Amino acid sequence: MLRVDSLHAGVGGKEILSGLSFELPAGQVHAVMGPNGSGKSTLAHVLAGRGPYEVTGGQVSFEGADLLALSPEERAAAGLFLAFQHPVEIPGVANMYFLRTALNAVRRARGEDEVGPGEFLGLVEQKAAQVGLDRALLQRSVNEGFSGGEKKRNEVLQMAVLAPRLAILDETDSGLDIDALRVVAEGVNALRGPQRGFLVITHHQRLLDYVAPDAVHVLVGGRIVRSGGAELAPQLEANGYAGLLGPQAGGALAPLAS
Amino acid sequence: MSPLTALLARGPGAPPLWRPAPRPGEASWLTDRRREATRWAEGHGFPTTKHEDWRYTRLDDLLEIPFEPAGPASSAAEVADEVAAEVAAGLGPHAGGPRLVFVNGHLVAERPEAAGPAPGAQVGSLARALEQTAWSERLQSLWAPARAGYDHAFRALNDALAADGAFIVVPAGCAVERPIELVFVSASGGPPVLASPRSVVLAGPESQVRVVEVYAGAGEGPVLTNAFTQVVVGPGASVSHYKVQAEGTSSFHLSSLEVRPAEASRFSSWLVALGGRVARHEVGVRLGAPGAAVSLDGLFLPAGSQHHDNPVRVDHMAANCTSHQLYKGIMADQASGVFNGHVVVHEGSLGTDAHQVNKNLLLSEHAQAYTRPRLEIFADDVACTHGAAVGHLDDDALFYLRSRGIPEARARALLVGGFAEEVLARLPAGPLEAYARALVRARLGAEEGSGRPSEAP
Amino acid sequence: MTTTLDGAQVAELASREYQYGFVSDIDTDLAPKGLSEDVIRLISEKKEEPGWLLQWRLNAYRHWLTMAEPTWQNVTYGPVDYNDIIYYAAPKASKKKPSSLDEVDPELRAMFDKLGISLAEQERLTGVAVDAVVDSVSVATTFQRELAKVGVIFCSMSEAVRRYPDLVRAYLGSVVPYRDNFFATLNSAVFTDGSFCYVPKGVRCPMELSTYFRINAAGTGQFERTLIVAEDGASVSYLEGCTAPMRDDNQLHAAVVELVAMEGASIKYSTVQNWYPGDADGKGGIYNFVTKRGRCAGAGSKISWTQVETGSAVTWKYPGVVLQGEGSVGEFYSVALSAHHQQADTGTKMVHIGKGTRSTIVSKAISAGQGQNTYRGLVKVLRSAEGARNHTRCDSLLIGPRCGAHTFPYIEVKHPSAQVEHEATTSKVSEDQLFYCRQRGISEEEATSMIVNGFCREVFRELPMEFAVEAQRLLSVSLEGAVG
Repeated sequence: MLRVDSLHAGVGGKEILSGLSFELPAGQVHAVMGPNGSGKSTLAHVLAGRGPYEVTGGQVSFEGADLLALSPEERAAAGLFLAFQHPVEIPGVANMYFLRTALNAVRRARGEDEVGPGEFLGLVEQKAAQVGLDRALLQRSVNEGFSGGEKKRNEVLQMAVLAPRLAILDETDSGLDIDALRVVAEGVNALRGPQRGFLVITHHQRLLDYVAPDAVHVLVGGRIVRSGGAELAPQLEANGYAGLLGPQAGGALAPLAS
Repeated sequence: MSPLTALLARGPGAPPLWRPAPRPGEASWLTDRRREATRWAEGHGFPTTKHEDWRYTRLDDLLEIPFEPAGPASSAAEVADEVAAEVAAGLGPHAGGPRLVFVNGHLVAERPEAAGPAPGAQVGSLARALEQTAWSERLQSLWAPARAGYDHAFRALNDALAADGAFIVVPAGCAVERPIELVFVSASGGPPVLASPRSVVLAGPESQVRVVEVYAGAGEGPVLTNAFTQVVVGPGASVSHYKVQAEGTSSFHLSSLEVRPAEASRFSSWLVALGGRVARHEVGVRLGAPGAAVSLDGLFLPAGSQHHDNPVRVDHMAANCTSHQLYKGIMADQASGVFNGHVVVHEGSLGTDAHQVNKNLLLSEHAQAYTRPRLEIFADDVACTHGAAVGHLDDDALFYLRSRGIPEARARALLVGGFAEEVLARLPAGPLEAYARALVRARLGAEEGSGRPSEAP
Repeated sequence: MTTTLDGAQVAELASREYQYGFVSDIDTDLAPKGLSEDVIRLISEKKEEPGWLLQWRLNAYRHWLTMAEPTWQNVTYGPVDYNDIIYYAAPKASKKKPSSLDEVDPELRAMFDKLGISLAEQERLTGVAVDAVVDSVSVATTFQRELAKVGVIFCSMSEAVRRYPDLVRAYLGSVVPYRDNFFATLNSAVFTDGSFCYVPKGVRCPMELSTYFRINAAGTGQFERTLIVAEDGASVSYLEGCTAPMRDDNQLHAAVVELVAMEGASIKYSTVQNWYPGDADGKGGIYNFVTKRGRCAGAGSKISWTQVETGSAVTWKYPGVVLQGEGSVGEFYSVALSAHHQQADTGTKMVHIGKGTRSTIVSKAISAGQGQNTYRGLVKVLRSAEGARNHTRCDSLLIGPRCGAHTFPYIEVKHPSAQVEHEATTSKVSEDQLFYCRQRGISEEEATSMIVNGFCREVFRELPMEFAVEAQRLLSVSLEGAVG
């Protein structure tokens, strides 16, 4: 489904991703773990098409198409969803209206019929109940004045409504209490299926206790330094990145330790 | 008829009555500039309330007075010495830092630091610098030709009349440890005197310096101080400017601070204004190189029938510069205070971050506040805000303090002090801070007894 | 990833035109070009005015001759030749004003239908009373009979002068005197029509009143004058809309609006201004130089201005409130958009005279393309205005590197018990917000329009429902071709 091939990217001439490669087949959940500053969020932003990050080398194919050639909205229409680490506030734009506009834009791009207000209301209320988002927040401005937990629930609600092919969760677990963490996990698990892929970017193992990954990639210094099964996550948690990687990776880790 | 009133009495286009004569030993460029400036002032006349930047400041009284430009010798030398001593006492015992004392714009005493301010740094008289060929050439570029225009006739008048002031040069990489103190005493033994001090601070690349200007008044007769200070901040340099304006209430104080920060430099200015019948302190900053940051703070406390005007203009003309302004006014009795802030973000100045705040407190029935925070923005990648407020003491806070047993007058003084604190707190700890606080306390402290501030000292 | 539109998209967007730019072929009665006492006498005669009004006009004209056109505004425009303007243009068919809609000239009705303001439909469906003004005259006023039942007078100014001369004489110029300013003085001399509304004591006007202004004839100026009086305890909500054809030359619109609210009365005045803004290169368009002022004469009265300014090449207006009555309230809610080469210098004046008077100002300015937008506002608290309060919020949004946004507040306080606060921000449409929308599949243009509409919501919610929808649509249309 997603194939990242020796991806180089950075900002303002400074390279952050230095030849990163991995493959995510449909139906799987992959975790990307790494210390602060390893390029995790850059990866999420580059995959979603956020400026000012520039891709300086490598390829990314998504369902066989050249992902990097698409605009952010085209990527969304193709089925890529990014759950933001810091969801953005949009004053004066009702949450509900925003979500319906997004859903219909995506449906239009796919040649599907738009969803009318009545049908949409039913859909959103059902999904909102699932993720435990207060209905009142649907009428409020997008993310404005939401608590951290409410913002993350709202991201999961959007994911449930837009039903993407590939969902990238950018540190969605950061700063969440245990209840909110469960909501996020349940949101992911409910959507898991043979046609869908998830890329869970995280610093900690916490979320992975609830969302069992099929594979874990360790990102250090803009490169995947190790890939393995789900068992990699608790090892990282217990021993830290340096401990897990052993002396052979010491060179790459040296600057991070300082 | 005195030169100033002669200037005033003559309309635009009239043949000049008054031509500055060359001073002995003066460079010819300076004579020319002074003549041009005079002609410009004659042609344009003095500003009136019809000029947007002078909208709230009436000069009618000032323009009636036949001021005479001050010579090097003051008719009130004795009293001037007393005031200078008072200021010196206020600033406290000094650990040998440089201090220059000027009376009516002319240097009368200097106390250079025992071992000089710092290796290579120079602190001295502008008049002396103008006599030296090398400096004279450097200074020529700072006397803008009249064809470039002046903001108003008082600026032109300073160009025409200034003969002395401080001249400070800090070479590249030099950090001047102790603040350089400039004490300007205005004094008249009777006839009205016009003082035109002009100071220049040249801070080299990566240098650091702090400059303090204190203005104080003495004597019987009215004085008009028309001061101009230019600060050139070199790349990566850091300059702090502190000004305490405590002129007498029969004096007029018009001054202008012009700052040119170079790339990645830092400049901060801080003003506390207490004195003057009419006092106006202009700050103009031209951010012409990227990455510079300026912060401009002010506290003005007019009382009695004083009028304080604070125009601040910042031009963002390069990318990624930051400017912050915080001005607070406390108006007592029949006093009036003006904040006239103007931020212009020119085309292409991307990444500009500009903030401007003015808050005013009216303490009495007849006090007045005028505020005009202006933003003019011609670039899109900017974050600019301004805020202005005029109000009175918070009744709830006052009640809260009184309910805790604090008498009303004391409670008021505490709250007013708290309002001033935001600006005072930005002063670095030291003798200057103590001096400024003492002056502010003396001004506001009168509240303790009468509940009303007294006339200015 | 770049966020700019490609050339073809820009061309496509830019080619969308001002949709009200058509000219209707209506037989028009014109005064000779130019301004003189004779022209003023002619206008007065055409309108069968009483002698005092002609004299008032002539006084204004003579005073105007002594005045200079103001230059302090933060706008630039070519010189206006006041002798190259036709000061009176009337659709011929309207010589005798129709007594019912069936008698309105079918061409005129067709024009209003095309504008989306079907006079008949308005009457049947929306329950909004409409006064339709084309060029210099009012061509139709709906619902007059229903309004008369509760004593509300709503008619054209010309009709009011004939039928209610005492009322007009008592209030005309009482808020904006004929010497007020260059354009108001010109208006006083040559005003042709406009709306008049009088709501008697204790009456809450049962429906929204609306005037629809249309400049149709070429080479004319529009100088309408509107007067609304709400007596003690009365209330009324009034809407104003305007359009004009696309023409290469600039047309002058210099209107005056006066509002008077007596004790406990309330007047809500909403404007959606969509005069022709000129083309994408800045050619043509309306000069919109308008004086609007309300007087809260009575205690506890309230005047609220809401404006959405998307049209005109140059706009210069400061709808203000003189807060005389104790505890009276003034409000100003504004959205002003300057796209392409449009310029707007607009804001408000709140003059606090009475004790405990309050005012609120919310201004949302949007600059796009090479548009220049200036907020200029005066909040003045006089010595008599004990306990006065004002809160001002001014936000500016910049779209594109070549536009400008300027904020010039003036705050003058002469009473220590006053509490005046002003806050302003200026920034561009946030990259984060744009990306967030685009990541959810929303196109850049739609996202911008959504964010801009959200930015204006605080003002839109002050508008009556149908107008709010219209305003949002106008904003989106006006931004087309200016984004990117």
